[in-house]
Amino acid sequence: MFSMNTLLQLLQSSIAFGTIIMFGAIGEIITEKAGNLNLGIPGVMYLGGIAGLVGVFFYESNVEDPNPFLCVLIAIVCAFLASALGGLIFSFLTITLRANQNVTGLTLTIFGSGVANFFGGMLNGFAGGVGQIRVETTSKAFSAKLPYLSDLGTVGKIFFSYGWLVYVAIIVAIFCQIYLNKTRSGLNLRAVGENPATADAAGINVTKYRYLATCIGTGIAGLGGLYYVMDYTKGTWANDGSLENLGWLAVALVIFATWKTKNAIWGAYLFGFLFWAYLYIPGLTRSSLELFNMLPYVVTIIVLIFTSLRKKRENQPPNGLGLAYFREDR
Amino acid sequence: MNNIAVQLQNITKTFGKKVVANKDVTLDIRKGEILSLLGENGSGKTTLMNMLAGIYYPDSGHIFIDTNDTGLQEVSICSPKDAYNLGIGMIHQHFKLVDVFTATENVALGLDRSIPFNKKQIAADITAICNRYGFKVDPNKKVYNMSVSEKQTLEIVKALYRGANILILDEPTAVLTPQETDMLFEVMRNMKEDGKSIIIITHKLNEVLAISDRVAILRKGEFVGTVDTSEASVEILTEMMVGQKVTLEIDRKEPVNVQPRLVVNNLTCINKYGVKALDDVSFVANAGEILGVAGISGSGQKELLEAIAGLQHPAKGSSIEYVDPATDESTQLIGKSPLKIKKLGVALSFVPEDRLGMGLVGSMGMTDNMMLRSYRKGFFFTQRKAPKALATSVKDELEVVTPSIQTPVRKLSGGNVQKVLVGREIAAQPTVLMTAYAVRGLDINTSYTIYNLLNEQKESGVAVIYVGEDLDVLLALADRILVLCDGKLNGIVDARTTTKEEIGLLMTHIREEEHNDD
Repeated sequence: MFSMNTLLQLLQSSIAFGTIIMFGAIGEIITEKAGNLNLGIPGVMYLGGIAGLVGVFFYESNVEDPNPFLCVLIAIVCAFLASALGGLIFSFLTITLRANQNVTGLTLTIFGSGVANFFGGMLNGFAGGVGQIRVETTSKAFSAKLPYLSDLGTVGKIFFSYGWLVYVAIIVAIFCQIYLNKTRSGLNLRAVGENPATADAAGINVTKYRYLATCIGTGIAGLGGLYYVMDYTKGTWANDGSLENLGWLAVALVIFATWKTKNAIWGAYLFGFLFWAYLYIPGLTRSSLELFNMLPYVVTIIVLIFTSLRKKRENQPPNGLGLAYFREDR
Repeated sequence: MNNIAVQLQNITKTFGKKVVANKDVTLDIRKGEILSLLGENGSGKTTLMNMLAGIYYPDSGHIFIDTNDTGLQEVSICSPKDAYNLGIGMIHQHFKLVDVFTATENVALGLDRSIPFNKKQIAADITAICNRYGFKVDPNKKVYNMSVSEKQTLEIVKALYRGANILILDEPTAVLTPQETDMLFEVMRNMKEDGKSIIIITHKLNEVLAISDRVAILRKGEFVGTVDTSEASVEILTEMMVGQKVTLEIDRKEPVNVQPRLVVNNLTCINKYGVKALDDVSFVANAGEILGVAGISGSGQKELLEAIAGLQHPAKGSSIEYVDPATDESTQLIGKSPLKIKKLGVALSFVPEDRLGMGLVGSMGMTDNMMLRSYRKGFFFTQRKAPKALATSVKDELEVVTPSIQTPVRKLSGGNVQKVLVGREIAAQPTVLMTAYAVRGLDINTSYTIYNLLNEQKESGVAVIYVGEDLDVLLALADRILVLCDGKLNGIVDARTTTKEEIGLLMTHIREEEHNDD
């Protein structure tokens, strides 16, 4: 009943699914390490997805023979910039104006999904009445698989049968891990998130680090939205809110990964596995299926319980997370 | 050759319009000396040094620094980074360290880009500095695993790593055990040998005499003078510190019908650092009397009041007995909840540094703050009538200036906030009234209102405990003065016959003979 083939399918969908939330989680980890709790990640992923789609839609519909490389470039630049713009709004409100981070983040989520669904609906309208838009060339370019390697039988199917953004996500995660822990700038960034007053006294520009970390972090998270639109749903748009759910999973994954991007890699795939597991368990009714959809959140809670019980300081959120910083009487 | 490292000329610093923290201070710091900066609480020691460290910027005056033996040059220090670049390192009372980082990472933080980011090299440099001066720091230890003393050492190493030639230590011994203090002094002497200038901010006279070469004294923000330690004595320093007696006209009546209300025996409290905040304190607070409590800040005043109010967990063997005025029965207060203690009539009106920290909720109005005492009354719905009436009467009787009793109290000026707090406590008709720093930051008139209120309470048979900073006020207001020094009871004196110098001595200098007795 649980044949090799179904297991293979499950693994493949886990990894594809995991990639979306991995981007979101990496971006959020960078942001949170600098002390900003951005709950606008779902909105930011929406922004990234729609901006990439809109960008290439206009390119593809105005050019006779779209260049795949240009398609990819336009999509990535649009997605990164639009989501970083979301991060910039968040930064301005929380860092410069010292607004409450939770409220601002939640607002950004509502804003992002609203904007995205507005334009998404419009695009689908362009496609003609009931139609679904499709950005064929771009979608193909994004889901292009590695040559030769993907033909390597089962091994090839498990490891090399995905669009290249899957590997970019892993590379970005490893890069961020090294950046945060091995470089001077990474050390400064963590100090800003842990104890901004100390960082300030040591001559680190807290405001600059927080702005940059938030904007770059949201930019990376936006790539998750782009991957969802271009590869996962093959270049189409649906106003169904599923991207928002994925955004919340990304936020949960940050906690699950205990603020370490290397843990976000396997954590994302595990979340994907748990998310899709219900499809491969026979005899589920519509209601018991929902219980399975809960699994990623349940494991996050279990991880939270264990990390709080172990009280290891390294696994705790950054000390200054969610708090605005100002020098006060200086 | 010039042997002056830093010269401060006519430095003035004010906060807001009224508070003058430093007024026209002129001071030299020599190369290779340990200078003690001595003064009472609020005499402006830390403010003055913060201007050297780049935390504050002086309103007027000049700072001259001799950076590399090239003579004094005028500098402007706008940020901690500027201070570092000039070779000034300040070790604050609240350490500036990141808990989850190792010692090395903390030192590496915010370093100039010209220094290569090589943790091994930095760790080796740390060890080299440690060996040179006799520190002990494990470069790979995380800060959250360190003791207070280790953290302080790390702060000093951090300053030295950045090339500090002038080190400022703000009350470094306040959190240290005697053994750790000895180690710190040893290191300070080594640094002095190495030609560094060290400024130690303190108010402990025995330490001043033990470690420093010269003593500079500040009083109420003004520079009093410097004395060579070799020519100084405890008496001279005390006199310079406390100054001349000022006569205050507080209407103090002779206590009548004095009888014990609180009997405290062998009270010992251990603070979170494991240090004894109160050490074997025994005294009696009498009804119909104001017992003043004097001491340098942090000598155990807060713990004493909190222990009586049931907010502390005193060590075994401590005893606080409350004598009921109606029945003369005594009850043990230790182990009772603050609520039960309050029901016995012990009111604690505590005005901490930030005023709104304890006792009042800043965002609530006067009525709601009155209700903090009576919210348990009524079934399901709170009763608002009585608190509202109380708020109105406090407002009228104490002349609280507020737009309405609904205005959030944080919008009131400091003096009015204090009136609300004290007024509420008195309205509860306590048998014991404790106040700490009740007049801190108040103008003269408001202060007198508070003094009169306390005197009225005393005359009506309440046992008043008044913790204060201003010795002149203590001498004029209290009947007896209890002096705490470093958590120990250093003596109880009669306020009518004692002198400012005697109290100053008791505050700063543990009486040795008492220890020889037991």
